[in-house]
Amino acid sequence: MTGTITKPAAIATVEKKWIVRGHERCSTARFMGWLAPWIGLLLLGLYATYLCFRYGLGETHLDNRFGFGLWIFLDLAVIALGAGAFFSGFLLYILKWKEIKAVINSAVVLGFLCYSGAVAVLAVDVGQPLRAWFTFWHPNTHSMLTEVTFCITVYLVVLTIEYLPIILKNRKFKSIPSFLVFEWELHKLMPVFAGVGVFLSFFHQGSLGGLFGVMRGRPFAFREGFSIWPTTFFLFVLSAAAVGPSFIILTTKLVEKITGKRLVKQDIYRVLAKTTGVLLTVYVALKSLDTLLWLNSTSIRAGVAPWEFYEFRPFGHATLFTEIVIFGMIPALLLLSRRLRERPGVITLGAVLACLGVVFNRFVMTIQTLALPTLSFDEFMIYLPNWVEYAVFGGVIAYAVIVYSLSYRYLNLFPQEMELQLAPKEVNDVSVR
Amino acid sequence: MMANTPNTATAAPVQENRKIRRFGMVINLDNCTGCGSCMMTCAVENNCAPAKEKITDRTGITLMRVFPVNDRQPMPVRQAGFVPMPCMQCEDPPCELVCPQQAVELDPLSGIVDQMPQRCFGCRYCMAACPYHARYFNWYDPEWPKGMEQTLNPAVAPRMRGVVEKCDFCHGRLHLAEDQAAIDGNDDYTYTPACVEACPTQAIVFGDLNDEDSEVSQLAKDPNSFRFLAKLGTEPKVYYYSEHEWRRNLAERDMNGNASRNEGKEA
Ligand code: SF4
Ligand code: SF4
Repeated sequence: MTGTITKPAAIATVEKKWIVRGHERCSTARFMGWLAPWIGLLLLGLYATYLCFRYGLGETHLDNRFGFGLWIFLDLAVIALGAGAFFSGFLLYILKWKEIKAVINSAVVLGFLCYSGAVAVLAVDVGQPLRAWFTFWHPNTHSMLTEVTFCITVYLVVLTIEYLPIILKNRKFKSIPSFLVFEWELHKLMPVFAGVGVFLSFFHQGSLGGLFGVMRGRPFAFREGFSIWPTTFFLFVLSAAAVGPSFIILTTKLVEKITGKRLVKQDIYRVLAKTTGVLLTVYVALKSLDTLLWLNSTSIRAGVAPWEFYEFRPFGHATLFTEIVIFGMIPALLLLSRRLRERPGVITLGAVLACLGVVFNRFVMTIQTLALPTLSFDEFMIYLPNWVEYAVFGGVIAYAVIVYSLSYRYLNLFPQEMELQLAPKEVNDVSVR
Repeated sequence: MMANTPNTATAAPVQENRKIRRFGMVINLDNCTGCGSCMMTCAVENNCAPAKEKITDRTGITLMRVFPVNDRQPMPVRQAGFVPMPCMQCEDPPCELVCPQQAVELDPLSGIVDQMPQRCFGCRYCMAACPYHARYFNWYDPEWPKGMEQTLNPAVAPRMRGVVEKCDFCHGRLHLAEDQAAIDGNDDYTYTPACVEACPTQAIVFGDLNDEDSEVSQLAKDPNSFRFLAKLGTEPKVYYYSEHEWRRNLAERDMNGNASRNEGKEA
């Protein structure tokens, strides 16, 4: 140690030793510069969280009519998008689609971040988070929320286990023999965990839909179904599975854009886009059928005239049209067409619309359901979140960006990266054909 | 069990021998003047803390709430009235179905939908599920200004911040009545919730709907009696009574009258 001037250089030298051999990464200083604003946002989120814990949820704009607000809506959206993790695990380990290997590591990290982020927000959202364990101790087995809590908790553990081998493959950790053995053992078990993950995800994506579908008291959300599961159960599973691959496309493209590197071959995008296209088509068909049944039968029996739900601005008929046509049919058709899928721009557009669709659906299910009046003398109510709610969620986004950035820098998220780095032209040509 | 049950509070009458009640109400909308006595009394009886400055009518706790209504006719001919709304004590309560922590329970003996704040973790799913907006969340710590804690009702535990609460037909009074019945060894008891006692026009009739002869079950069967949102299938045990058709038309959203969507604010 010669003096303070050499310190940053020394840190950079040490830091570089953690980066995967052969990966090109930006300088330490530049990386710190990228992280700084996110750390700022994270701190703001922590401050907002402190306000809620110290003074109570009165610090937000939630109220007795809007017991669910921005947080629950975004949690549902994030969990649906995070379905990319379970669905690509399903494609790779169960259906043996080998191409998915190129994105599975990134998908697992994203899944982990989406789920852990959502759980963190929930811990702020509930009034007495320390009592959350009661659900495990005396669960109400009839409640969809019990199903959600059980599945999400176990699935988060599964995701952590899936994340571990990716971390242990880091250059520095690899030099510890016992870590290597552990990693190898875990790796062998991965298909089992992926299988368990698929099963759990299937159930909790569904029960998140069930949350709304079972609310007999809210004709806008209530749906009939099969056995104990309302139709929303199946629609949520399907929509999450459909947009999961699109979310992987978008995040991978975003990382490519930010880092200026090619990380996966074009054909991976096409495979993922096609998966979204097919599943989204099925989803849109079933969703339309469900909507017709609900408007013409279920809601009438609950004492609500058809279309009355759409009499209250800003939720006009356009809401339904946007959800099913603009964010459903259009991306489904874009991604279904083989010719259109050849154009990377179309894939991006389709994926953006599909992801917006699932976010919009979760918004409608949460916010419109609560805004609509139930009693004949009720008012339609407006709710606008305040800065505390935005800040807490912003903090979670910042957490996700920071952890993802660290993972990208030090771990091998995209196995094809090295190959594409060595022979960018050739691979590009082959894949574009 | 044993026929000669001892007359002590600790050995309460055996469950299977006990009378099964269905406590319910009939609220006469034609008698209600909207004075709000029931709301005030309810808050005092149930130890609802005085509202903090920041609290609005959307974040306050009003286990009993009086809503102003009208028939939506133009002004000179418009008819107005009030609807007092406690928890409907649904016989098939959607709030009970959804609570993951079993903090809500339909008491098989009384028919009252009990809320257990000590178990609730404040997820507010039950609030979303209740179509009558009968559930209230404690957005802040309850606080009583110095000296005012003297007014607390010792029979009712105040709730903590972060949990949901609702009307439970004055469980403090019910428990006192039950204790007395256990002491007397006589299961034949009834009681009166605070709002019923406070209403100056006696608009609220309370009693056991299972008891065919009670005033409440007679009134509930009256053709002029109705329940709100009966089509949802929640089976409320709070009935309403009115001799005016426009008031009875308030029951459902798809009523043929045009009394819907009152632009008036809640009381
Ligand atoms: S009125 Fe609401 S809170 Fe009361 S029992 Fe019915 S659903 Fe539950
Ligand atoms: S807020 Fe409390 S009572 Fe309501 S569903 Fe959640 S845990 Fe149950």
